[in-house]
Amino acid sequence: MDQKEMIKAMRSEPWREELRKAMKNKERGEIPRVRMNELDPAYRITNNEEVSLGITKEQALVEASRCLDCPDPSCMQGCPVSINIPTFVKNIERNEILEAAKTLKMTSALPAVCGRVCPQEKQCESKCIYHKMGKEPVAIGYLERFAADFERESGNIATPELAPANGKKIAVVGSGPAGLAFAGDMAKLGYSVTVFEALHEIGGVLKYGIPEFRLPNTIVDVEIEVLRKMGVQFLTDCIIGKTLSYDDLHEMGFEGLFVASGAGLPRFMNIEGENLIGVMSANEYLTRVNLMDAANPESDTPILFGKNVAIIGGGNTAMDSVRTARRLGAERAMLVYRRSEEEMPARLEEVHHAKEEGIEFLTLCNPVSYKGNERGHVKTMMLQRMELGEPDASGRRSPVAIEGAIDEVPVDVVVVSVGVSPNPLVPSSIEGLNVSKWGTIIVNQDTMQSDISDVFAGGDIVRGGATVILAMGDGRRAAAAMDEYLKTK
Amino acid sequence: MNKIVSKEYFSERVVKLVIEAPLIARSRKAGHFVIVKVGEKGERIPLTIAAADVEKGTITLVIQNVGKSSAKICALNEGDSITNVVGPLGKATHIEKVGTVVCAGGGVGVAPLLPIVEAFKNAGNRVITVLAARTKDLIILEDQIKANSDEVIVMTDDGSYGNKGLVTEGVESVIKREQVDMCVTIGPAVMMKFVSLLTKKYNIPTIASLNTIMVDGTGMCGACRISVGGKTKFVCVDGPEFDAHEVDFDEMLMRLNSYKEME
Repeated sequence: MDQKEMIKAMRSEPWREELRKAMKNKERGEIPRVRMNELDPAYRITNNEEVSLGITKEQALVEASRCLDCPDPSCMQGCPVSINIPTFVKNIERNEILEAAKTLKMTSALPAVCGRVCPQEKQCESKCIYHKMGKEPVAIGYLERFAADFERESGNIATPELAPANGKKIAVVGSGPAGLAFAGDMAKLGYSVTVFEALHEIGGVLKYGIPEFRLPNTIVDVEIEVLRKMGVQFLTDCIIGKTLSYDDLHEMGFEGLFVASGAGLPRFMNIEGENLIGVMSANEYLTRVNLMDAANPESDTPILFGKNVAIIGGGNTAMDSVRTARRLGAERAMLVYRRSEEEMPARLEEVHHAKEEGIEFLTLCNPVSYKGNERGHVKTMMLQRMELGEPDASGRRSPVAIEGAIDEVPVDVVVVSVGVSPNPLVPSSIEGLNVSKWGTIIVNQDTMQSDISDVFAGGDIVRGGATVILAMGDGRRAAAAMDEYLKTK
Repeated sequence: MNKIVSKEYFSERVVKLVIEAPLIARSRKAGHFVIVKVGEKGERIPLTIAAADVEKGTITLVIQNVGKSSAKICALNEGDSITNVVGPLGKATHIEKVGTVVCAGGGVGVAPLLPIVEAFKNAGNRVITVLAARTKDLIILEDQIKANSDEVIVMTDDGSYGNKGLVTEGVESVIKREQVDMCVTIGPAVMMKFVSLLTKKYNIPTIASLNTIMVDGTGMCGACRISVGGKTKFVCVDGPEFDAHEVDFDEMLMRLNSYKEME
């Protein structure tokens, strides 16, 4: 049965038909979209607690009833991992929340994570039929999170059904979203999966990158635990290409390799003073705080607490960094972005949260140099004022310097968040693996297979820098394709 | 978890640990380092591998107690475990036959220098090693270095052992005496800076192995960045060895103090 037939079959189950008849579409459309319950900004900047509290069951049941259960659900086209959205939403509406959670897990290894960090407004929710009717879309993301949280809190966490073990060993490099999604799907298909992680913790960017106030580590750990229950093995402190080579993996009997090693190398701007003490990459700043728990006095890892902290960049990582700085006590937590707010790539929700938390937005500003004190600590940044010119290759209006308009702004900590490059460590260790001029692994876009037939790759090592959910989508596609490849080999 | 097989004190503040790490022992080469972390709330710090035994599956680390995290490692005993050890990291030393190589090691830097001395010797070079320390008690691994060098010159600041003077004086005495084709230096940053200045004067190609602040050690954080020939490099993935004459040691010395005020 293909996907379309499956959607149709599930939609025509008696309970679904009954549910559709239970309320008129007009009535459904009149219900206002639910609002996320959130911690008060004044309180949340004093700690690391999760900002979004989720929605209550009452709210979820009402929100789920807004969904029109379309015969051709366009929302699903917006989901990189093809979650059967109407089925899980309707299960919530009929108060079968655990069934809803099960539906999510059919195609997503990390629903509680996706419910929190996916840019649903650009994906599933952007395709909701309600947009055409001039209404707000169904809050699919909030409902996803609700169902996953409900299942976890109920203590009845379902382990997906597994195909009989086929005895084939598969290796995964990296335990971030791409690696975990891939591992989950391969385990379901009956493979024996081992995930190799370079760091001392499982989760990749979900642990070292995304802050606790947006994605608590315990949420990630629960989802990893499910994968463990499915038989996935995890090996930390092991770097493929260093500790073990590609050839070693073959000798150990692995028949397929999925490289999901992420976008490692932080980019800097190569401007004067960038190596002063107090100037660091967002990767370093977030890793110290999130992975190493550096702000906790019990941690041995130090962190610089600044009064005046500037984050350079306008993406989600920049937003995570600047909100972290605020929580670490920065009096002025500034976001410096060279374009205007309109061009900012960060999620709207993050921008909104940041503003509530008193983050200063220095848009149309670009640092041109940093000055330090006699001990080499950064003291001020020179900000070039910008204005918007013609659209560039990305379609965004490109910033142009306003001659002579340079301000000197005091800073003690500067976090550079202007992007990352793929980490060459793994690709360079596999002979014959072709990479692009940017260092990303070249793969077939449909199968994620590289030029070496038993090596597949996905996530940021292929994309250069994308989202959690796109990485997971890659993992899923790679799993399906590797399964096909190994069966026909 | 990596078990400590044996522990030996080189001096009051310098400890040698042999730890179980079979995979690293098998894949490491001269010049490689590992990242270690002690305890759940421990810091990740880089340590260059001093030796490895493939059959026993062990690697040797030499640690100087200089701060909170190194003190924690030095306090561990035989039978204890290091919570995390990952590696081998960095690029291995490029070994070839060049002629006469002067290896200049200072303090605890002699430990990571040892495998390099060994490798250059095995490649057929004439190897002269200059060992330097503040005082006699801090000269380490002298016998092992001697076994792999054509000549060993010992320098102490206070003259308590070998010749009185700095490492640079020992190196210069060799340069003045015979043709030197290459120099390798490992030790405190300030020592490497002066060795580099000296060999630059004589135009002798020089490699320095740098030990900077790191977090992940795989190129992800950039905490280890230094300037080499005016360009930013990451010690963890581009190094740890660089052309010493191109390294901005003053900037490196400054950056090593990033968190000094917090300890």
